[in-house]
Amino acid sequence: MIFLRLSVISIGLILIWQVVVYLTGSPPYILPGPLPVAKALVAKWETLWFHAWITIAEIVAGLVIGSLLGATSALIMMASRSLKRWLLPVFVISQAVPVFALAPLLVLWLGYGMGSKITMAVLIIFFPVTAAFYDGLRRTEPEWLELGRVMNASPSAILYHIRIPAALPAFASGLRVATAVAPIGAIVGEWVGSSAGLGFYMLHANARMQTDLMFAALALLVTVALILYFLVDWMMKKIVYWQIEE
Amino acid sequence: MANFLTFADAPRVMLENVSFSFSGAMLFSSLDFEIKGGQWTCLLGPSGCGKSTLLRLISGSLREGFSGTIRFGGVKETKGQTAWMAQKDLLLPWLTVLNNVLMGARLRGEVSGQRVETAISLLKAVGLGHCTNELPATLSGGMRQRVALVRTLMEDRPVILMDEPFSALDALTRIKLQNLAAELVQGATVLLVTHDPLEALRLGHRIYVMTGSPTRLGRVVLPPGQPPRNLDNPAISAMHARLLEQLVVTV
Repeated sequence: MIFLRLSVISIGLILIWQVVVYLTGSPPYILPGPLPVAKALVAKWETLWFHAWITIAEIVAGLVIGSLLGATSALIMMASRSLKRWLLPVFVISQAVPVFALAPLLVLWLGYGMGSKITMAVLIIFFPVTAAFYDGLRRTEPEWLELGRVMNASPSAILYHIRIPAALPAFASGLRVATAVAPIGAIVGEWVGSSAGLGFYMLHANARMQTDLMFAALALLVTVALILYFLVDWMMKKIVYWQIEE
Repeated sequence: MANFLTFADAPRVMLENVSFSFSGAMLFSSLDFEIKGGQWTCLLGPSGCGKSTLLRLISGSLREGFSGTIRFGGVKETKGQTAWMAQKDLLLPWLTVLNNVLMGARLRGEVSGQRVETAISLLKAVGLGHCTNELPATLSGGMRQRVALVRTLMEDRPVILMDEPFSALDALTRIKLQNLAAELVQGATVLLVTHDPLEALRLGHRIYVMTGSPTRLGRVVLPPGQPPRNLDNPAISAMHARLLEQLVVTV
């Protein structure tokens, strides 16, 4: 059903795109139609796929590291109130600084390789995961905790057996949001300074007025982002099998 | 039905000079109360009179604002004395029925083959032998509360605290579960909080109505015969009328 919906939405968007091209009469170097973009995608498939793999690797590495860091931070804040008072402002400050402003610095410090892009993705992913997981840990059903205490459970056993599983649906929500925004970090990093990746390739094509190739890279990026999102969503549904589905 | 757990020598619970205040309001002041060992004691009273709070004080889960002494037999330590059954079943949705029943043992790292066997036997005894690997979401309200009852029994504690455990169930399921509970926890010291005088009259050896502010306990009501009782006895009907009258006065 979801594939049918996605197909209908995709076809609808492509039709709107074609209608806009037709009505505005824009030249191909400003707004190419779907057909030239499809042709460019097929003609440059190998090059595009090479750059896509690099972007995928950056996003996935950012997701893994960002999620682990986010989950660890949430657990630390849950375990210690005094640490929470120190950590929370740091997290908020880290989000107040726009990641676009940090990108040139990260490239300067970490170089043109994948490190700076992964760091950008981690910075974007970290906060939604931390906030969602911490919220889930804090909002554990109080009566479950009380029952655990009456059963003589230690605080660590209550954390492991009750709080963490109870917070996993919230963690899954945070991870879904993080997956949706993760490509931003990788692409911004590639724009600021890199020698590979879909962001780099888009800039490269833009400089040569190859707008059809830019659109082809964008289409591939959207496809990759959607596949990643649905993959994470599917995994979360399997792992957090008890979460309430509306 | 086979008896898997025995509650021999279940202690009486003595509350001595118990006071409790919450947000500046005194809920209990110098309250003395004896809960007889091996019997069902039922507490009736209007909402907010402190019935559930009293259970929490006895379980040891509430200590802020508390003063006084609570003894289990001769022992002052609450740890390991009580098991808790609440109005909500409190089943963990990520655990199977069997693992929910073993929740206490899992939390304390005490899961053993013998405990698993006892858990399965008890689940069979309450008619849930076929559900051991099911998740709670697949069960009806009555089935979930039966799992909660087995989880309470698995704690194997001499004192069982019940906070309106049957109130969310339909009439027929409630009566079935009351009978099951009366049978399975025979010999334990049970303190049951309920809003329903008929439930108290079915199950209780001793019934108290909580009144006033700070809360006091009324005179004990001793229904005739052994629980679970049939309610068609005229003496029980008369007691029901008197309890209702007392409750109406307290509201």
